[in-house]
Amino acid sequence: MEPCKQKTSPLLALPAIGWFLWFFLIPLSIVLSYSFATKGVYGGVVFRLNWENYSRAADWIYLRILWNSFKLASITSVLCLIIGYPMAFVMATASRGVRSLLLILVVIPFWTNFVVRAYATKTLFGEWGPLNQFALQLGLIQEPMNWSQGDFSILLGMVTNYLPFMVLPLFVSLDKFDFSLLEAGRDLGASSLRVLKDILIPLTKKGIVTGLIFVFTPALGEFVIPDLLGGAKTMLIGNLITEQFLKTRDWPFGAALSMLLILMVMLSLVIYLRVEFSDRPKKSTRGRRVRA
Amino acid sequence: MLELKSLKKTFHGVSVVEGASLSIRDGEFFSLLGPSGCGKTTLLRMLAGIETPTSGEIWQDGKRIDVLPANQRQFNMVFQKYALFPHLSVWENVAFGLRMKRVSSSEIQSRVDEALALVQMNSFAERSISTLSGGQQQRIALARAFINRPRVLLLDEPLSALDLKLRQQMQVELLSLQRRLQHTFIFVTHDQEEALTLSDRIAVMNAGVIEQVGTPQEIYEYPKTLFVAKFIGSMNLLEGEISEVRPDALVIGAPSLKKSFLVKASRDGMRPLPQILLQSSVRLLVRPEKLKIQKSAPAGEQNSIEGVLKEILYQGAVTQFHVQAKESGSIVVVHQLNTAMTARRSHQIGDRVFASWSPEDCIVMNGEATGKEQSSESHGNANGVDSAQTQETSATLGQGARVGTL
Repeated sequence: MEPCKQKTSPLLALPAIGWFLWFFLIPLSIVLSYSFATKGVYGGVVFRLNWENYSRAADWIYLRILWNSFKLASITSVLCLIIGYPMAFVMATASRGVRSLLLILVVIPFWTNFVVRAYATKTLFGEWGPLNQFALQLGLIQEPMNWSQGDFSILLGMVTNYLPFMVLPLFVSLDKFDFSLLEAGRDLGASSLRVLKDILIPLTKKGIVTGLIFVFTPALGEFVIPDLLGGAKTMLIGNLITEQFLKTRDWPFGAALSMLLILMVMLSLVIYLRVEFSDRPKKSTRGRRVRA
Repeated sequence: MLELKSLKKTFHGVSVVEGASLSIRDGEFFSLLGPSGCGKTTLLRMLAGIETPTSGEIWQDGKRIDVLPANQRQFNMVFQKYALFPHLSVWENVAFGLRMKRVSSSEIQSRVDEALALVQMNSFAERSISTLSGGQQQRIALARAFINRPRVLLLDEPLSALDLKLRQQMQVELLSLQRRLQHTFIFVTHDQEEALTLSDRIAVMNAGVIEQVGTPQEIYEYPKTLFVAKFIGSMNLLEGEISEVRPDALVIGAPSLKKSFLVKASRDGMRPLPQILLQSSVRLLVRPEKLKIQKSAPAGEQNSIEGVLKEILYQGAVTQFHVQAKESGSIVVVHQLNTAMTARRSHQIGDRVFASWSPEDCIVMNGEATGKEQSSESHGNANGVDSAQTQETSATLGQGARVGTL
């Protein structure tokens, strides 16, 4: 049943390898080497190798920013999963027509620039935005609520922006899912919760992990949404790095922070994959049972 | 005792099951038989609790159970494509139901091992599902269902994905399993032979309606409707009119064949002589294996049709003869068992022969109640004799046939 493996020329991999070298490996090496350099007097880069940038980054203030970014990206990923899973489930079980319509609806936001989308969110939830006006009219609130500044608004922007990255991989894995397995689970006496926990989630794990990675990775380095929706008050690792390069003109320090960010993403990925991709079928618990 | 009271199911306004009423005894091997799309699977899924009936009730031992969700019924289902959990080992698949019921782990251990032994799959316990063949998956699906000791085991065409040899082997295994477990089995199939082989009783379904319920013998020998007659096995059919009513026999005249045929009650008394008025139009049905083929006209009360032998199909155990009637040109099918006596070929294509049968082997059905069918099958009357030999043709010919019983 294995798909027949044709012998193809390894030369076909050359464009990909070239791309990878030119646009990833070489720039990354430059960033790495900058991170060990020193800031010049007028903002240039002086190559005097030292650890200073990293020891500076280990400062409490920066670690806290890093931690806040990690927290925001994690919460965004989990929220996207919680909101996206039912969406993907509905899409996968819908009839053909409805399914294509829903797919288009999920993809449509990509047609507009995300800065525009972020502004739209800002306006919608702004002090004089329609939501506040509506609530005022209804008498639910006495004066306009300030939703558009702060953590809630950042989270809102992040989730709306990244939701499609979660929904699409989830949809792909739910689309391949054999829904008669759910019936079999119910038939064997499983409650809805057990069916979800013991059948649906384990069998769509790949989609879940892919979605989490797709959301978490860019969310960790996000700097535009916190800027626009957080009123530039919330400092995240993304903003910090941008600032080093564009405002402070401390490229070496920015490079060091970038390296830390990359390290963090890679660590998270390794942990995700370790935890989630034990792809072999679950071993029966015979050993455990014998001891019991 | 399981009772279905006028169960109905409609999907988007289309009626799939139209008022099915049945009672199924404990420990019975009961089959739901019908062509695809007849509603048999929907009926089974309503029993399992996967589908909700549009109306009607299901009762089990005096308790109404159609209001219970699937996980609270004492039923288990074997799915058509097995629906085994690919992320669990064979052992964990079988243990699933017991785990859900929070059975103690020592009991799970012994019951799973026992169930795997019963289907001869012990040595596969740690294997993953994807490494199993169709027959092995089938066994695991069975074990996963019956390990829960269900009152009723529901089987949705469980053998349809297997090849012929394996299917026959699994049929025997299913039967012996059912005898050992003494559970009620409700078995859905479109394979009439399988239903005849396995069942204590069969319900034949067509277009959402249960046409007849009976033992395999009753269904085969004494079909009550034209659909049942045609769907199960092959059948020769000819149309005519009652031309004489005697105390112990009927005479049916067939104008197209310029002949008349004698009908008597069956020898075992299971099929009495139908009460039909003179001159009403009727259908006369005879199973191909009840016919004999001979060179000269039969003596006595034997019915016969004279014709030319058009085709001899040797099928191993039986030989099929197609005789083209002299008068009407339609085909009569005769099945003859290849015994030592008949194995030698005594007939040739092109021979003039007589296809004959006893008056006791005739099935007579009222022709008038089938107006609905006659329109869809306009060629039938003209020829007088019509044969439905394959399952496919009989299924299409039988579409919409709901013949009044006699």
